[in-house]
Amino acid sequence: MAKIRKATSVGDWLDQRLATETIKKVMATEYWIPKNINFLWAMGMILAVLFLLLTISGIFLLMYYKPDTGMAFDSVNYTIMAEVGYGWLWRHIHAVGSSVAFLIIYIHMFTAIYYGSYKNGREMIWISGMVLFILFSTAAFSGYMLPWGQMSYWAGMVITNLFSAGSLELHGIVEWIRGDYVPGDAFLTRFFMIHVLLIPLIIMGAIGLHFGALRIPHVNNQDGEEIDFDTESAKYLAGDTKGSKVMRFQFDFLSKDIFVLGVFLVFFFYLVFYNFTFALDPVNLDPANGLKTPPHIYPEWYFLWSYEILRPFSKDAGLIAFGFAQVILVFLPFLDRSPNVAPANRRGLFAVWFWVLLLTMIALTITGKLPPEGIYNTIGAVATWTFLGLWVVLPIITMLEKKR
Amino acid sequence: MNKINKEIRILLVVIFFSLLVYGGVETYAHKVMHKHVDSKSYEYADLPAVTKTGDPIAGAALVTGAGACTGCHGIKSQDIQAPMDALTAVASYGVNPPDLSTVGILYADNFLAALIKDPASALKVEHKFTDGKLHPMTAFGGAGGDIDQEIADMVAYFKSIAPQEITPKQAYEDACARCHEMRYMKATQIGDTPVFKYEKDSLAHKIQVLEYQDALKKYAGKLPPDLSTIIVARSNSFLTTFIEDPQSHRKGTSMPRTGLTADATDKVMEHLTNSGDPAKDMRNSLGWKVILFFIIFSVLAYLWKESVWRKLH
Repeated sequence: MAKIRKATSVGDWLDQRLATETIKKVMATEYWIPKNINFLWAMGMILAVLFLLLTISGIFLLMYYKPDTGMAFDSVNYTIMAEVGYGWLWRHIHAVGSSVAFLIIYIHMFTAIYYGSYKNGREMIWISGMVLFILFSTAAFSGYMLPWGQMSYWAGMVITNLFSAGSLELHGIVEWIRGDYVPGDAFLTRFFMIHVLLIPLIIMGAIGLHFGALRIPHVNNQDGEEIDFDTESAKYLAGDTKGSKVMRFQFDFLSKDIFVLGVFLVFFFYLVFYNFTFALDPVNLDPANGLKTPPHIYPEWYFLWSYEILRPFSKDAGLIAFGFAQVILVFLPFLDRSPNVAPANRRGLFAVWFWVLLLTMIALTITGKLPPEGIYNTIGAVATWTFLGLWVVLPIITMLEKKR
Repeated sequence: MNKINKEIRILLVVIFFSLLVYGGVETYAHKVMHKHVDSKSYEYADLPAVTKTGDPIAGAALVTGAGACTGCHGIKSQDIQAPMDALTAVASYGVNPPDLSTVGILYADNFLAALIKDPASALKVEHKFTDGKLHPMTAFGGAGGDIDQEIADMVAYFKSIAPQEITPKQAYEDACARCHEMRYMKATQIGDTPVFKYEKDSLAHKIQVLEYQDALKKYAGKLPPDLSTIIVARSNSFLTTFIEDPQSHRKGTSMPRTGLTADATDKVMEHLTNSGDPAKDMRNSLGWKVILFFIIFSVLAYLWKESVWRKLH
């Protein structure tokens, strides 16, 4: 057992028992971040704050929400929106928070793709990030079921139907997932459990893994420069803070993060108070009705690109393309065959690949919302084939890329 | 300075692509998916204008005379009770004839005149009354004199007894509530649900509501929707133009044209807001304060960041 001295302060008392000083050093004051970064490096912090906001608002909503097909809709739209003090505010924060979390996730992902922050030792950062993306998607979908509006019901119907695996007609699996022939009470209560317990627990673990994955390879920088963190941090600690290429997480990096966070929260609360319908689809403010199919069934905006990939094909081919789209991004570090870590604009054809990927995914997102007819079908089909083709050409163009 | 310029350029790229997505999936997609109908400013220009000057006293005699309006309608403000209660009326006619106390302020003059003359056509529900089926309200065939003068007299009478002001709740009740339930306001088609001391009274009331709704279902084809959340479930533009002319959005719907004036429509919309979006005023008054807080927060955070970073560059 360690020798315990008489403590000189509360901090010292804790340090002797929990090594708080060491933890602080490792996690914050001597956690080194390159200086050569821009505000896109603050997206992780924004996501952490959004997850916190979602958790807190979720806890308040959980106090009044009733997971019962007869009561769910009114517990959200009447109890929470009209009777509970500031219930509407928690609901808006929760709905807008989940939608905006995906916007930030996409910015975070495209930042990583652009700067090549997924390779040369950073593969696990990318993979754990993609795991988080899938977990957030599950959380978003299961949460969308809970208000039990028209879109909850019909999206639940359509998405669970995918598990019949097309021509394999595995209706038994669909019934097993739903706990019924159609989405009903059993369906609602299990998605409730998934949303408020199972997925948040796994997400917390995955966030730990994602942060942990950063430790060894360190944070990338704007030029993909390989920094010797030991030398540079020693330089910093020796007093040459201006000459060192790195800075402390706390408060050097954090002070900028908090500024970026402040600007983000101005935007976020503008949406919460004055522009929230994009996150609270009017269709879902009609109660679920199994006898009345809405004229347009579409997912929330962040799922639209993969939803669109289903549409140009026949049932089975569509499902295969959809499945491909769901998993292919995870393999990005292994499909990019070039060892270069650099911004896309210095990587020749990869720059073209990057911007085409971005525009293709935006085109898929927009056509995914539009009714499947006329020119939208054509654009959707072209974008789908482009998306699929991009993953075939990626290994080729990156193999041809000159080593820097 | 160059560094800051670079950050702003990156921010502009991020904003550009975010707005591109937003414009596509919200603004543009909504335009494609939802038919746009222009309001005709509640003038009901397809109906002839009332050109004659009406005499309210002559109108009173016509409205309350034997076999005239009060044979089916009540006028509570004039102590004229409806001959039947809501349940008997709905069983007899399919719909419960409205009380006429407030029609003079709720509905446009030319709409009222056209309604008296030919109900099915003014209400735009002729498609429901084919093959010899007749609209439950009998068209006024004239009382022996100039029919247009007589109708102008009746309209003048309704306007003379109408209140000067109407509350949102009253406007909704008189114009919409006989067909549409509003459970968030505890309102049914036969009025607000009272508080009952004994469960059997509460159940008896519920049976009455259900019987009323069954009769209404037969008349309308299906039960008209509960309007508790309709203000947030549809756009403002949809609701106002739908109230003005339901057929413009849903060809063949059983919902009659209401004939509400622009002011009365505003009142109805206000009541729908009170039910479906009760936090609206609070949201609007709190929002800018929260935003201002974070603007100040950002300015202070920037100054702090500058002071921390002075030792780094």
